[in-house]
This record gives sequence, C-alpha cells and structure tokens, in this order.
Amino acid sequence: MIISVASGKGGTGKTTVATNLAFSLEKDVQILDCDVEEPNAHLFLHPDIKDRMSAFTPVPEIDKEKCTYCKKCSDICRFNAIAVLKDIILTFPELCHSCGGCMEVCPEKAISETGRELGVVERGMAGSVGFVHGRLRIGEAMSPPLIKKVRSFIVDNIVNIIDAPPGTSCPVITAMKKTDYVLMVTEPTPFGLHDLKLAVEAVKILGIPHGLVINRSDIGDNGVKDYAKKEDIPILMEIPFDRKIAEAYSNGKLVVQEMPEWKEEFLALYRKIEKLVGQRR
Amino acid sequence: MKIAVTSKGRDLGSAVDPRFGRAAYILVVDPSSMKFEVVDNSGNVNAFKGAGIQAASMVSDKGAEVLLTGFCGPNAYKTLQAAGVKVVNDVSGTVQEAVTAFQEGKLLFAKNANVEGHW
Repeated sequence: MIISVASGKGGTGKTTVATNLAFSLEKDVQILDCDVEEPNAHLFLHPDIKDRMSAFTPVPEIDKEKCTYCKKCSDICRFNAIAVLKDIILTFPELCHSCGGCMEVCPEKAISETGRELGVVERGMAGSVGFVHGRLRIGEAMSPPLIKKVRSFIVDNIVNIIDAPPGTSCPVITAMKKTDYVLMVTEPTPFGLHDLKLAVEAVKILGIPHGLVINRSDIGDNGVKDYAKKEDIPILMEIPFDRKIAEAYSNGKLVVQEMPEWKEEFLALYRKIEKLVGQRR
Repeated sequence: MKIAVTSKGRDLGSAVDPRFGRAAYILVVDPSSMKFEVVDNSGNVNAFKGAGIQAASMVSDKGAEVLLTGFCGPNAYKTLQAAGVKVVNDVSGTVQEAVTAFQEGKLLFAKNANVEGHW
C-alpha cells in the first residue's frame, strides 16, 4: 500500500497527517518525506539515521578528442544544456535533465556520463516506523530525480506513506504518481480551496483515488465542503483548530503522543483508505 | 565586422530589446554599410531553459564579433565569451542609435554578466 499525502497549498497539515497516521498504525509502516526542498517529517519523528548516501543524476561529459562539433547533441537538447561554437563545446550540467539523448545521437561516441550531485538520501527508524527522506543540495534546482531516489526505497507489502511537497508541479506529480491513494489535506479557506482545486485536477489526470482531510475544520468557511460534495470527493477526517495540537506541533511532538485519543481517529482514517482502495481493486 | 543587436522589431528604427536570450529579433548589422540580416528569435522566446545559451550560439554562428543588448545572464555570457563575441550591456534606444554609439566609441564592453541566472 502506498499513500501519498498532498495538498496544493503549503502549510495545511500534510506532515502532521502523514506522521501521525504512520505512528498510529499497528503494522509495518514507513514514511518517505518527499518534500526534499524542505523536509520536515524528521522534526516530529526524531529518527535514528543509520544510512546516508549521496544521490547523483547523470550529465554529459564530452571527449574533445573525439568531438567533431557536428551539433547533433546540442540540437536534440531541449534544455540547451550543450552549446557548440565552431570548435568549442560547452556543457551546462545544471540545465541537464539527464535524458541521455545527446549520448544516443553522438556519431563519434564522444559523450559519456558523469554525475551531478542532487543531494542526500537518509534512512533510519523512528521507533518501529521506517523513515526515509531526501535533502536537496543547496543550489540544485531540480528535485524530481532526488524524489525518485527517495521513492526507490518503497517496500512492497508494508504501508508506505509519502509526504509530498506542496504545489502542483513536477515535484508533486513525482511524489504522487503510482500511488494507491492520494490523501489531500486542506484548510477551509478561500486560499486552501483555490489550491486544492488545482491539486484535485492534477490527481484526476493521474487517475488516482483521492479523499480529503480538512484541517482546522471549525474555522473559515464552507467552500471546501461544498466543493467536495459537488465533486463527490469523500471527506475522510476533520481536525479542529485546537491549541493543544498547535502546541504539540510547535514542540516537535506528535499529536497522537500528546493526545492519545487521536490514535483511534487516525486508525479510522486508515481503515477508510484501505476500504476505498480495496473497492477499486 | 558584424554587430548583433537585440531588437523588438525587424528594422534599424526598432527599439533595442533589453532581453538577450528571449529577444523578439536579433539584427546582425554590418556597420560600414548598415546592411543587416534579421534573425527571428521566436523559437527561443518560449524555450524551457537556456534561451541565452541558444541565442549566444546563434550570434556566434552568424559571425558577429560584438553583441549589443540590455541584459545578459551568466550562461549566455559564458557562451559568448567562449565564442569570442564581445558584449555590451545596458544598451537602449533604437538599433541604429546603438550601432552608431558603438561606432563612435561611446559604449564599453562588459567584463561580466549583468543579471543573475533565472530558472
């Protein structure tokens, strides 16, 4: 089972839901924090990191002895990561998307792969919960390849909970696609609704079943609920605006640790997801 | 000698386009005769990334030795430098005025890119 927790708008409570859900389950579970630009699940799970590895993406290296400056490589590169000027060839590794097209078309076999560091992947345990996250290298602009490295640690036959980045662009799609269920955490405000709609449109294209968690559900307006009803999206959980929850969060603690009565709520949330995924299969 | 000038239009009376990589047109001017070639840069205007690199390669291919433009980013500058094209930034007015000012020695070559790269 792979559940991704997404939102559209940032700061709605993705990590709160992902971490508390993981900690409430009485089965094998791991959390994969795919918000590699600013991972934060570790602040609540305090994992013991046992394994740390650098992640690289392939970028071209040109053998200038073999290059005939034919421009086939620069012509095929839609990101302009290679420039050929008379008898000079330049590469811009930070623009490269690692498609390998330049190597394919080079008639002289003058291009080989070298690595650009994306960042690090760290793994460990938070109690009985498995933990994986990525930290993007400062200055690196492309997060999807690192998100894929984090996802490569998904384990079959256990519950994998992916904490996705906010937004609706490539990093979010990379975190959400090929998952069994997308749990969308939103807040009942016009801003929350606006970004939720964008995220729902993206999930629909991916064809993944999805449902809502409404955080701070007793403030704001009815816009999110009206939208959910109109679009026939199930509301699986509501979390009220509660000072105790905010205090737990601010202290880097889990809600289910500080307020054990919430454990049953998160277990109920999981059972609903399990049922919805089962119906689809 | 040929001078490349980023331009908003297709003739010498057009305003200099302050953008380099995503300029509407690049006019390649022979200052001795004021004859010029119009290069349509529309393919680069919508490039995902690296518009400046592509435009710089094109300027080099056209045989220009000097580029007059508004803003030139680091990747474009690096490419132009490798190609041996000298760059003048912060150019304004019409293409004709820019070329004349250059001829009269009123413009200075840049030593660096004058804007940050953008993603």
